[in-house]
Amino acid sequence: MYPPSLVVTFTKKSSVKMAKLTSLFVISLSFFCISEAVFEDQVGKFDWRQQYVGKTLFAHFESNTQSSKKMFVATDKNIFASFNSRTGDLLWRHVDKTGPEGSIDILLLHGQDALMVVGDGRLLRSWDTNIGGLNWEAVLDTGSFQAACFVAIQDTVKLVAVLKKAALSLHYLSNGHQKWVENLPDSDAVQYQAVYSGGEEEVYVLGVVPNSHLTIIAYSLEDGEIIKQRSVEASWLSSVESSCVVVGQGVLMCVDPATLALYTLPIQAEETPEFSQILLQSLDLEVSPGFQPVLVSSQPHPARSPLSEFFLQLGPDHHVLLQLNADGYTIAPLRDFQPAFLVSFATTGKKTVAAVMTPKNETACAINLFSVDSGRRLLDTTVLFPLELNGGKPHALYVHAFLKKDDSVGYRVLVQTQDHALTFIQQPGRVVWTREEALADVVTMEMVDLPLTGTQAELEGEFGKKADGLFPMVLKRLSSQVTLLQAWLAHLWKLFYEARKPRGQVKNEVTIETLSRDEFNLQKMMVMVTASGKLFGIDSKSGSILWKHYLENVQPNAAFKLIVQRTTAHFPHPPQCTLLIKDKDTGLATLHVFNPIFGRKSHIALPALPRPILQSLLLPVIDQDYAKVLLLVDDQYKVTAFPSTKNVLQQLQEMASSIFFYLIRSDQGNLSGFRLRKDLSTERIWEVVLPTEVQKIVAVKGKRPNEHVHSQGRVMGDRSVLYKYLNPNLLAVVTESTDTHPERAFVGVFLVDGVTGRIIHEAVQRKARGPVHFVHSENWVVYEYWNTKSRRNEFSVLELFEGTELYNSTVFSSLDRPHLPQVLQQTYIFPSPITTMEATLTEKGITSRHLLVGLPSGAILSLPKMFLDPRRPEVVTEHSREENLIPYAPEMPIRTEWFINYNQTVARVKGIYTAPSGLESTCLVVAYGLDIYQTRVYPSKQFDVLKDDYDYVLISSVLFALFFATMISKRLAQVKLLNRAWR
Amino acid sequence: MASVPRLCLLLSIIPTILILCADFACCNTGRKTGDGLDTDFSGFSVPLEHSFEVDDVSRFRMRGALQLRGGRETSVSLSQSQLSEEDRNTLKEVAAVDGLYKIRVPRVSLTDRQTERQMDGYLTAFVRACSLVESHLSDVITLHTDVSGYLIGVSIVTIPGACRGTEVEDEVDLEAFNTTLTIIPPTNAPQPETALFIERMDIEHEKRGKPQEQKSFFAKYATSEDRHFGDATARVLIQFRGAY
Repeated sequence: MYPPSLVVTFTKKSSVKMAKLTSLFVISLSFFCISEAVFEDQVGKFDWRQQYVGKTLFAHFESNTQSSKKMFVATDKNIFASFNSRTGDLLWRHVDKTGPEGSIDILLLHGQDALMVVGDGRLLRSWDTNIGGLNWEAVLDTGSFQAACFVAIQDTVKLVAVLKKAALSLHYLSNGHQKWVENLPDSDAVQYQAVYSGGEEEVYVLGVVPNSHLTIIAYSLEDGEIIKQRSVEASWLSSVESSCVVVGQGVLMCVDPATLALYTLPIQAEETPEFSQILLQSLDLEVSPGFQPVLVSSQPHPARSPLSEFFLQLGPDHHVLLQLNADGYTIAPLRDFQPAFLVSFATTGKKTVAAVMTPKNETACAINLFSVDSGRRLLDTTVLFPLELNGGKPHALYVHAFLKKDDSVGYRVLVQTQDHALTFIQQPGRVVWTREEALADVVTMEMVDLPLTGTQAELEGEFGKKADGLFPMVLKRLSSQVTLLQAWLAHLWKLFYEARKPRGQVKNEVTIETLSRDEFNLQKMMVMVTASGKLFGIDSKSGSILWKHYLENVQPNAAFKLIVQRTTAHFPHPPQCTLLIKDKDTGLATLHVFNPIFGRKSHIALPALPRPILQSLLLPVIDQDYAKVLLLVDDQYKVTAFPSTKNVLQQLQEMASSIFFYLIRSDQGNLSGFRLRKDLSTERIWEVVLPTEVQKIVAVKGKRPNEHVHSQGRVMGDRSVLYKYLNPNLLAVVTESTDTHPERAFVGVFLVDGVTGRIIHEAVQRKARGPVHFVHSENWVVYEYWNTKSRRNEFSVLELFEGTELYNSTVFSSLDRPHLPQVLQQTYIFPSPITTMEATLTEKGITSRHLLVGLPSGAILSLPKMFLDPRRPEVVTEHSREENLIPYAPEMPIRTEWFINYNQTVARVKGIYTAPSGLESTCLVVAYGLDIYQTRVYPSKQFDVLKDDYDYVLISSVLFALFFATMISKRLAQVKLLNRAWR
Repeated sequence: MASVPRLCLLLSIIPTILILCADFACCNTGRKTGDGLDTDFSGFSVPLEHSFEVDDVSRFRMRGALQLRGGRETSVSLSQSQLSEEDRNTLKEVAAVDGLYKIRVPRVSLTDRQTERQMDGYLTAFVRACSLVESHLSDVITLHTDVSGYLIGVSIVTIPGACRGTEVEDEVDLEAFNTTLTIIPPTNAPQPETALFIERMDIEHEKRGKPQEQKSFFAKYATSEDRHFGDATARVLIQFRGAY
């Protein structure tokens, strides 16, 4: 496939060259020849984007009618979004600042308005839920946020009350203006935690002095004047927020896990009130040992008082529905739910129901509706929630109840599971959609080739086996030819059959069964690891999730490393990926070994890892099953091999003296190298120490092991060759100075040989600071930093050359390269900050390289490496023109046609992953962050692919015409010769 | 290179190979002990230790002393003794089992402040013992400093660096080190070259401002295009060869 394609390249390049020579402006042309863009009809053909929101914290449904389609969520990623509840698609999404500045404290919904408190009480925002537009935004006084609620005046909700640590403020819903703000009395001692309004003329603030007393303050709605202030003895109470709710006609209901009792207190009571105690024992209720009981109540409308029915959770799967009697201090149990995972109230019109999720069997949970007044089960309300085999357990339940035409209650339910997935279910148990919100936080990923089809695999298998005689081999050959013929005929039949169908009906659905490698290996399996510990297998062509696997017991701050130990190329052995999960606190690691195509956990015996793991390295050594050997180094510098079969250990012993590895301890500024010994212990052989008083190591990158460099050198203008310094063991270490003063701050770039510890180059970028993003590939390092003096972002490129002669052209050994390389460096101004950077990667490394730069705007810029070339000349000479070097310009351009994702911006790009495809011209790109975007890039255009609109008819007709013309003219010439001979 | 230790040996003195480096201009100059060290040498001395053992367990012992001088002109020199008979044999044995020859220097600062000069720990580097033997003890030791003058790394290479398995018969070749010593401070990475670029743009602008002389159509193409066209075809051919 390659040779013809190469010819195409050359002719193209040469035509460019000729054109260039006739032009005075070299630059303009070189711009021209690398410009690329997407045609309108190509949009979405090779690329896709998926948008996510993150883990849901608050969810609300629009209105309680059957036809409403909208639902609203606020998430831990500081996002407020609306979904279409019919399809699960995003209607709109607002992405706020990351970190605590944009965190969403509360989301309240009333009618068309969604109220949100953002950034620990910094801002109060009102959104129009129809279109997702901002109605207004009010800046709140300082103080940390505690609670908020709607306040109604004469049965209409007009205000919102926001309780802060030391103040209570009321704002108009219509415009956000502040009605009044009052400081809370004695706020140093009293922790104010709740605010309540039941539609009266007052708003109540509840505060607690832990283990002493409860404070209730009633403010007048009109002017914020304190009407009443009461103090109630409550030595058992430590937090209102976690143990109290308001039920019925303004009765505060608290639960005390120590005395196992419920306490009630009328908030509005005039005289000196007192808590009345109801022992749980008297209600025949028992709390599971070690469980903190939880109360759940519901206030269907802010202008009315809450329901007198409430749930009490007594254990992880035990809930009770209780009712507060009209007298205000006796309680009647309505119904006991055991087992029940989750409960939720839902109101539609005047009816309120309770939804309860109970486990049904291994594979499903049942959700039922119960009448709140009586605790009776409503008929025909069972919905089944399918539990996935490797999914998370249900975590939260959001119910959308509505009145059907016959006045009965219907509902749909949104179930959130521990793996951050949202599942929307409709009666009678149909899963309408599922959103895998864990994908909003992808940590690392790999792309794995898809397996061959059965017939292809069989052919491969034929070559893999040992020869067993001439005759059987001939037979095998013939049989495989027959299978191939069969497959081809089946393919033809399918083509014919589908051609008769109208176009729209032909479905190309990808399922895990039909997965097979395409002709050019453009379709791959994306294995994505998310921070929540859920693994996904995604088809790179369509973006559909083919498998998922939730790993329970993964610490929230765990570090992941995904390693492909065996690729798909070793049929019949299945491909094998290993995920190294490391607990950041203890350093202890666990391994999860799985098949990346099907996601199934493999049953290989895992090594015991009792000690913290410092480093892992994948060796090119393979065991008898073609799995690469993974070495894990623990904190005593002992090495564990995985797999650790006899064969592997023997190979390791033989190779031990040539296995080197490095460890970097950034807290001590220490880089050290080790050599493996035969008994799998190690010996320290080199040490470099960067004093932490001066600079700290921020990042280290080696080269990608699957990178190919096609050309050993660069042909210069005078026809000599400048050889690249291609050290596969080279590490780029980036440091930042501890001194952050703009004049003295610096960024250090160290190129260190990972085997010998030799510092190949040490560059200091003065007046610079991070964040530094860098790419290390081939013989170059490109890094980006912030120039503190000029206050701008700059790109710098380092290239290493051996010179015009190679020291040893056959093999590279770090132990035998005595001469230091020549280092060239140039720096450019880049007009934008960046968030991440990666280089394109192709099969053989012939295609020119581009840098893929993720910008904060969500665009991904494909920047030709040509622009980052330290040999760009200051003054244009004949030689530099010959070499196709662009004259130096201090600014780096950003051209909109270089945005590979046109208008499909990727919010909060965190990483870019590149993988080669089977076509040399094509590189597969996945950008991930909040969104996931997959596309293909062609850094040197598609030189090995004929265009879609290639004119086959014209070419063949020209060929035929030429052929016939030759035949005819030959005949004519013969006749003429004959005639002349006769003459 | 080899002539330097020979000369020294003839004079039967300890070879002291000194060298500095701030600007890298210097190379080996043999020095007789009789000359003594520079009297104005106000630096300090740190030990250079080496270790080569058949069982690969590091046992560092003295190889020589590094004379370091900090300040504006950083310089370094090394005085080292010959290898003893025993050491030579060990080194040969280590080379035979493909062992390592390691060196280490203590972590020091080249700044003038005496108090904070010494820190804990060592900087270590290694080279294959066989390559040291086969290069007849010709090694290049490089010390790296960071921006504030701390020594951060040391490296050792031999020239030639390969192990070809050639026997070193002559004991004399393994007696004295022929060391090239350099100390390399970090290089300053360039800033964007705005000034030069503006200058160049100005020049181009001026050029373009000049009225171009009017050439006839034929004159223009006869002088430039024609020649270029031939040139271009030649280049196209070369491009074919050059790239593949």
